[in-house]
Amino acid sequence: MKFHEMSAHELSELMVKKEVSSLEIVSEHYEHIRTVEPKVQSMVSQTEELAINRAKEIDARRIMGEELSPLAGIPMGIKDNISTKGYTTTCSSKMLENYVPAYDAHVMEKLNAAGGVMVGKLNMDEFAMGSSTENSRFFPTKNPWNLDCVPGGSSGGPAACVAAGEAVFSLGSDTGGSIRQPASLCGLVGLKPTYGRVSRYGLIAFASSLDQIGPFTKDVEDCALVMESIAGYDKRDSTSANVEVPRYRDFLNQDVKGMKIGVPKEYYGEGLDEGTVALVQEAIETFKKLGAEVEEISMPYTKYALPAYYIIAPAECSSNLARFDGVRYGYRDMEAEDVYSMYTRTRAEGFGHEVKKRIMLGTYALSSGYYDAYYKKAQQVRTLIKQDFDKAFEKFDVLLTPTATGPAFKFGEKTKDPLSMYQSDICTVTINMAGVPALSMPCGFIDGLPIGMQLIGAPFAEGTILKAAHAYERATDFHTKRPNLEVE
Amino acid sequence: MSISKKEVEHVAKLARLELTEEEKTLYTEELNAVLGFMDTLNQLDISHVPPTSHVLDIKNVFREDVVEPSMEPEEVVANAPAAKDNQFRVPKIM
Repeated sequence: MKFHEMSAHELSELMVKKEVSSLEIVSEHYEHIRTVEPKVQSMVSQTEELAINRAKEIDARRIMGEELSPLAGIPMGIKDNISTKGYTTTCSSKMLENYVPAYDAHVMEKLNAAGGVMVGKLNMDEFAMGSSTENSRFFPTKNPWNLDCVPGGSSGGPAACVAAGEAVFSLGSDTGGSIRQPASLCGLVGLKPTYGRVSRYGLIAFASSLDQIGPFTKDVEDCALVMESIAGYDKRDSTSANVEVPRYRDFLNQDVKGMKIGVPKEYYGEGLDEGTVALVQEAIETFKKLGAEVEEISMPYTKYALPAYYIIAPAECSSNLARFDGVRYGYRDMEAEDVYSMYTRTRAEGFGHEVKKRIMLGTYALSSGYYDAYYKKAQQVRTLIKQDFDKAFEKFDVLLTPTATGPAFKFGEKTKDPLSMYQSDICTVTINMAGVPALSMPCGFIDGLPIGMQLIGAPFAEGTILKAAHAYERATDFHTKRPNLEVE
Repeated sequence: MSISKKEVEHVAKLARLELTEEEKTLYTEELNAVLGFMDTLNQLDISHVPPTSHVLDIKNVFREDVVEPSMEPEEVVANAPAAKDNQFRVPKIM
């Protein structure tokens, strides 16, 4: 097997045995990147010089006998809304095209300390707004399983990059499904941790009460490894939870006999592809064979999550994006003769259509006379959704649903109908509203395109989710499949 | 509830966004479609339900009031579209 097809734990084992160096792994990844990146277009920028130097440094430390993290020397990709000191962080927007952060995000400090090797910054929907990566200012990213299809969004770059073997793992951000939906469409494991589990310091904010950073990996063990590295309290983030981080690998290789799995019926209804539902049902049967107790439940407020989400997220985005005024950083219309027109023209030219639409929507929802009708009501619905989850976790260890409405769709298929695009996230937004953790993993294929199922846990129960996911992964082989991009 | 083109102009002003006539028409249509979808929430009687703004209890980030190193002035203005003498430069205000 080639290095770019292997997982982090497999590569780490080879490095520990001194059968391969990080430099060899990183160099082979760049050779592969040169072949597939022109087709996939997952990267906004590449950091080859940095990566080669880091790989040499890790190899030297290993030769000196230093005990290193399992992620040391492993190629990783980072979504371009996570601040990287000295390297452009664009949010795939004209507004931040030339922005170079003066500091690293908390997760970057953690991964750098673990010895991760950044190979590039990854494409996304502008400011993380979208479900297809068609809203990137620069170019759309392609799905490695079928280049005519989208990789999902907004973390389409991080998903496609790992699926295409350009990095071993990557980090994305998830506001309403932006890790899990692309993980599903690209056949990867993607985890949205509990809100507060991973510091958001250095993540360029979209909707602060919903955003969370999480990993894309090729398998569940890698997901546990990355989570061990990035989770934990950070005093610089007022929403960071001061809760001990377990050794997530301890939850692997356990059986799920007696585990209680809830199947919320509202996630299997209208708008979902029948083939997808059938594959998720097969996964449920696999869990039953493994000894889990599966029972249908009702979460009655699920159908109100999407409209409530599309009030709360734009409201927070309109506030967060107010900082982009052309004064301190980012794009500026240099022709403006007064300050007001500098603001309005800078923002009109610097932001793309979807971002402007959400800013307008959020500004309207928060404006005088409409606050109670929209924003307050959405926050009240959020209480009901959270209560649905609290009640479900009194009885169940995990909940199991489809992740996306179907397999990857074709470019342009949903761009003319915003509501249809928004409904791509129908299975994922409730999780962000309640702040609970959820993981997507492959559970089959339709016409050569991956399908994902979602495992949802109680707050801070990432370990329980990983336990269930690993048991399923050991019983199936979907995680071993790779797209073939080297065929012309 | 629906939004008129005049209200779109007002919201754009509040949001500090300059819109073309074409954009005003387009956003009126698109925002109305989304706002129509949000009317689903009116099916619920939620007058008795308290709002949740955040799923965690959040606290302000405070540290001891001691002097700590900060960014160099050159670093602070390094990303500014226009700067002079380590200060942000903007068009004349008065």
